[in-house]
Amino acid sequence: MSFRRIRAVFRKEFLHIVRDPRSLGMALLIPILMLGLFGYALSLDVNHLPAIIYDQDNSPASRDLIQAFQGSTYFDVRSVSGDYPSIEKGINSNKIVFGLVIPPDFTRLLEGGNVQVLLDGSDSNTASIAMAYVTTVVNLYALERTAQRLDQRTGMHVKPLTEAQVRVWYNNDLKSRNFIVPGLIPVILMIIAALLTSLCIAPEWENGTMEQLLSTPIRPTELLLGKLSAFFVLGAADTVMSLLAAVFLFNVPLKGSLAFLGLSSFIFLFGALSWGIFISAATKSQLIAYQVGLLSSFLPAFLLSGFIYAVDNMPTVIRFITNFIPAKYYVTIMKGIFLKGVGMKVMWLELLWLTVYAVIIFTLAVSKMKPKIA
Amino acid sequence: MPEPDAVVIDKLVKRFGTFVAVDNVSLRVAKGEIFGFLGPNGAGKSTTIRILCGLLGPTSGQATVSGFDVATQPELVKRSIGYMSQKFSLYGDLTVEENLDFFSGIYGVPKERREERKSFALRMANLEERRGELTGQLPGGWKQRLALGCAILHEPPILFLDEPTSGVDPIARRSFWDLIYDLSAGGQTIFVTTHYMDEAEYCHRVALMYKGKVIALDTPRAFKQRLGAKSMEEVFINEIERQEAATA
Repeated sequence: MSFRRIRAVFRKEFLHIVRDPRSLGMALLIPILMLGLFGYALSLDVNHLPAIIYDQDNSPASRDLIQAFQGSTYFDVRSVSGDYPSIEKGINSNKIVFGLVIPPDFTRLLEGGNVQVLLDGSDSNTASIAMAYVTTVVNLYALERTAQRLDQRTGMHVKPLTEAQVRVWYNNDLKSRNFIVPGLIPVILMIIAALLTSLCIAPEWENGTMEQLLSTPIRPTELLLGKLSAFFVLGAADTVMSLLAAVFLFNVPLKGSLAFLGLSSFIFLFGALSWGIFISAATKSQLIAYQVGLLSSFLPAFLLSGFIYAVDNMPTVIRFITNFIPAKYYVTIMKGIFLKGVGMKVMWLELLWLTVYAVIIFTLAVSKMKPKIA
Repeated sequence: MPEPDAVVIDKLVKRFGTFVAVDNVSLRVAKGEIFGFLGPNGAGKSTTIRILCGLLGPTSGQATVSGFDVATQPELVKRSIGYMSQKFSLYGDLTVEENLDFFSGIYGVPKERREERKSFALRMANLEERRGELTGQLPGGWKQRLALGCAILHEPPILFLDEPTSGVDPIARRSFWDLIYDLSAGGQTIFVTTHYMDEAEYCHRVALMYKGKVIALDTPRAFKQRLGAKSMEEVFINEIERQEAATA
């Protein structure tokens, strides 16, 4: 292994990058685009659920219940004087998520009376969250009324027997941005790595320079390390850029160790770049390398890493597959460092897997570079 | 004790499937010689050169370059050769100087010799004035000279040039051959393929290759005398016709 040869390749490759505005532009624009898109536009927080209430009772009791809905930021009560047609119309035209129907005999039936909730199930995720919210509000209301009734009858102050005392640890505002942005960094790096490296081996074959290189004493490992380190500079710049945006633009709390963050990013980036180079070396065509690289890096990193979609909710087979997605470990590490402030002690296994992955992929890439010109 | 030969090829065979690209070739090239490989396209010249450079493995037979076996010691072979492929293979988006620096780095030219070797290559290729220009924008003949410059940075004892002058105008070809003579005078062995007959005249010895076989090997003068031919072109056509008649 010769450091001199690696450095020669590094400098040459760096000049290619600097002289090609496309790759440089991609490396800068993609993180900005992704951060803007996901950081600002994508929110999984369910607030201000629009609703119409059809109050057929119009009594102090029903108004109390309506008050409970109006007083919460989770709901946005558009009208309290609705009826069935307006609820139906509202749901059909996506103006509201649910309608609440209070029956005319609500006060009279209160000891055993029900209200009706009509819910738009076409967006199942929002619907299930809305259902939980509405149920909670109605249950609380019912509990209060029951307690009042008991008070009146017995003359004693009655309290619920059990109450859940919830305290949220880590991300205590439950802001979805706080977990989206740290998880987004692996996705960005994966895309960047695949895009940049997909165009790094194929041109050498297409232009005949690979044959020239193979006639020199340079070894495949040295060639790859040189190329990789040039792209690494860009990837590291993107990492720093994304981190700065996360902390200063999106105000995501960064609780853990920067050193651990740096180390795991280094290893992840090494693996991601190796994957791109492996594909570029295996396909030997710029176009195919580009497409395969993008698909094989972006999709798994996006869908199977736990970036947005929780791995625990996936079917067993898919969950097994996620074990082979390096981005999953890096997402776990990023979220752990950012939100929980945990480090090596808790996440050494994730770091180990990232390292194993990087070494395997790099070795594969090197084996693809062995001189085999026919 | 006689000096060992720079290149020794012994019963070399290369097959691609059923196609025999190199068919039982044996020859020796002495140190300091300009050895020409002449033949039509597809005769197996490039394949032979690529085997000698360690880019391809032989199917059978043996070849040594600078005393190293090409099949078992390709790393050592690569240290002692410079190679110029028929396709232009420098980086067009790098400047003349950057290309030289790059190859200087991967050939492992010692630090203290770098500047000296670079100026030598620039002077030799007559590119001192254009050292800052992008290689892709140089005219064809200048590119070829630069490629040669890159291939000799590490002072390899043996140079393999695979059709180094294809697609270059006659004047540029002439000046390229002047360079080859200079290098040969400096003690370097040069193994060159061509399909230009006039270039064959410049070689010390010429092997005619046809359909994977070396059908004749001699000095240009001996060839012409033996066949009473005026030019190598005549020699070449004569030899191929003889070969065709013998196999028909």
